[in-house]
Amino acid sequence: MTQYAVITITCINPGYSLTAMSNTRFLPREQFDDLFDALKSIGADCVGPTVSEGAICYKPLSSSAEFPHGINDEQTPGSYRLSSSSQSRWFSWANGAQAIKPFVFAPQEILWRSERDNQGKLNFTPHQQTISLTAIIGVRACDLAALVLQDQHFLNKNNTDEAYARRRQQLILIAVNCTHPASTCFCHSTGDGPEAISHYDILLDELDDGFAIQAGSTLGEQIIQKLTLETLQVTQQDEIKRANRQAAEQQTRHLPTTDLQSLLVKASESSRWQAIEQRCLSCGNCTSVCPSCFCHSHQEVPASDGNSSTHSRQWDSCFTQGHSYIHGYTVRKETRWRYRQWLTHKFSGWFQQYGRSGCVGCGRCITWCPVGIDVTEELQLLADGEQDA
Amino acid sequence: MHNNLTPLDAIVVTRTQESPSIFSLGLRFTDKAINEQYSFLPGQFNMLYVFGIGEVPISIVSDPQQSKELVHTIRVVGRVTRALSALKPGDHLGIRGPYGRGWPLQLALQQDVLIVTGGLGCAPSVSIINYIMKRRDQFGHLAIIQGVKHSDDMIWKTHYQQWMQQPDTQVLLAADVAGHGWPWHVGLVTELLPQVELDINAAITMLCGPEMMMQATAQQLLNNGASTERIWLSMERNMQCATGLCGHCQYGPDFICKDGPVFSYDSIQDRLTRRGI
Repeated sequence: MTQYAVITITCINPGYSLTAMSNTRFLPREQFDDLFDALKSIGADCVGPTVSEGAICYKPLSSSAEFPHGINDEQTPGSYRLSSSSQSRWFSWANGAQAIKPFVFAPQEILWRSERDNQGKLNFTPHQQTISLTAIIGVRACDLAALVLQDQHFLNKNNTDEAYARRRQQLILIAVNCTHPASTCFCHSTGDGPEAISHYDILLDELDDGFAIQAGSTLGEQIIQKLTLETLQVTQQDEIKRANRQAAEQQTRHLPTTDLQSLLVKASESSRWQAIEQRCLSCGNCTSVCPSCFCHSHQEVPASDGNSSTHSRQWDSCFTQGHSYIHGYTVRKETRWRYRQWLTHKFSGWFQQYGRSGCVGCGRCITWCPVGIDVTEELQLLADGEQDA
Repeated sequence: MHNNLTPLDAIVVTRTQESPSIFSLGLRFTDKAINEQYSFLPGQFNMLYVFGIGEVPISIVSDPQQSKELVHTIRVVGRVTRALSALKPGDHLGIRGPYGRGWPLQLALQQDVLIVTGGLGCAPSVSIINYIMKRRDQFGHLAIIQGVKHSDDMIWKTHYQQWMQQPDTQVLLAADVAGHGWPWHVGLVTELLPQVELDINAAITMLCGPEMMMQATAQQLLNNGASTERIWLSMERNMQCATGLCGHCQYGPDFICKDGPVFSYDSIQDRLTRRGI
């Protein structure tokens, strides 16, 4: 059986490192497609942000022409809107509903197939889809942080998820620092952004006439060497620093400064859960857009000839009835228990499981909640409630 | 040992109807080498796969050193267990496992052991009872309390009657509702605790069954002065991957499939019997 161990991953990406600004060069905007060419020359398919059905989505792209030119976004609890402006930038927006997660933890994936022979014997074959090298351009710091969380979960040294590992080892990550956080963003408060610090192969900072470019890995360095770059001016460096600082300062939402891990354990019988239940539709949007949520369910689909069957998995949500179903009984039948499960896992249980909170402050669960429930607000109300108690 | 996400072919060797809705399947891998390599500990479980239907987690009841067949006792409650119940000797199915942490065997060595089980969730405790019975010299006094809702639900009655005859072994049976001719206690398992002829506080206690029953039993033991780390419980939640990845079996911060299913009382007392966890 093919083994995809963590070791393989670290070989492919031999240590992401912090590259000093002095190694940072300048890629003129009109030469950006050289980066596409450099990636294609090493066999990578390029994926990046593009406008699709009124939102910024990450899709296969062939050139920078497909980026969201002059597009801005407005995100508020329960609302996401794009608008066009005359400015020339390509990355002047905050993340849409998805970015990296679907490319590494696939929404649906075949795990194995079984075939029944004439004697009734079952033959099982693990599904080993060939995954091509994929470069994701425009990755944000919050999603890099979430990827590290998913790596911890799926690439556990005692239990490596083969499907995830196969996709993960084929990823090239080209980050673009976020200069336009949405009103729903709070990555500065979780310590995960807006500036990408590590775990990228290449990091870009957008300027009016081009991009500052630096490598974060040996692979990134090899790709950059294929480009004709210019010197980054001191004024440009200053502009980048200022933009990154402003992106942090612009964020108005933040997590309560209290110890959330113990708060959620203490607040497990709080009356706040009933109040949330009055609004929460238990639709699972928050878990679908969350870049760290890892729950998935297994399905069995027999072929119509009755001789073979496919076992696959697909994303699941702790907001569904089936998630906690056990022999004729749903453990979390009330919405308040499902919301509590989600919030408590994310902000408390995750510490015991993986040593930190499971939230990277991307704010997607706030934007994409159809009724605009705001986790930062709910956590603050729980914290206030415990203080009053 | 094979412990991947892909099952291995196995064959039904024996099928025993234990009660109208409970049956046992004795299974064997078709690959002889795997059959010999395969090992497990009492309290662990396998994922059993029915062709074209799906998988379900089932604890292993047979003895780890009995290599002839792997016995799984199953209650018909859903789609997969119904399909399992239709299998006959000679039919094929898939097995992957074993998974999870079983009963604390090392801790229980040379100790008195109290086993309290309730309802139909007695399969994991039968595995440990069988284990101790076969290695009687490695353990101290054994007390077993088994409770059922209705006396008709009592399976393995002959097993319990045989165990009653064993030296250093006490078996107490209870039914909440007793039918005609039930010679044992009518009521809850907790009412039988005072009759246990071993030092409850010094024993290792293993609980299996509905959470309310396990909590009530643990609470009564603690009230008597038992310590939380000597009480162990077998827990259940939805399981699909069995390897701590799919997230369904999360019980607070623990994944029941890999951190359990057997937990010490002190490690889960903050959430035991709390609704919706």
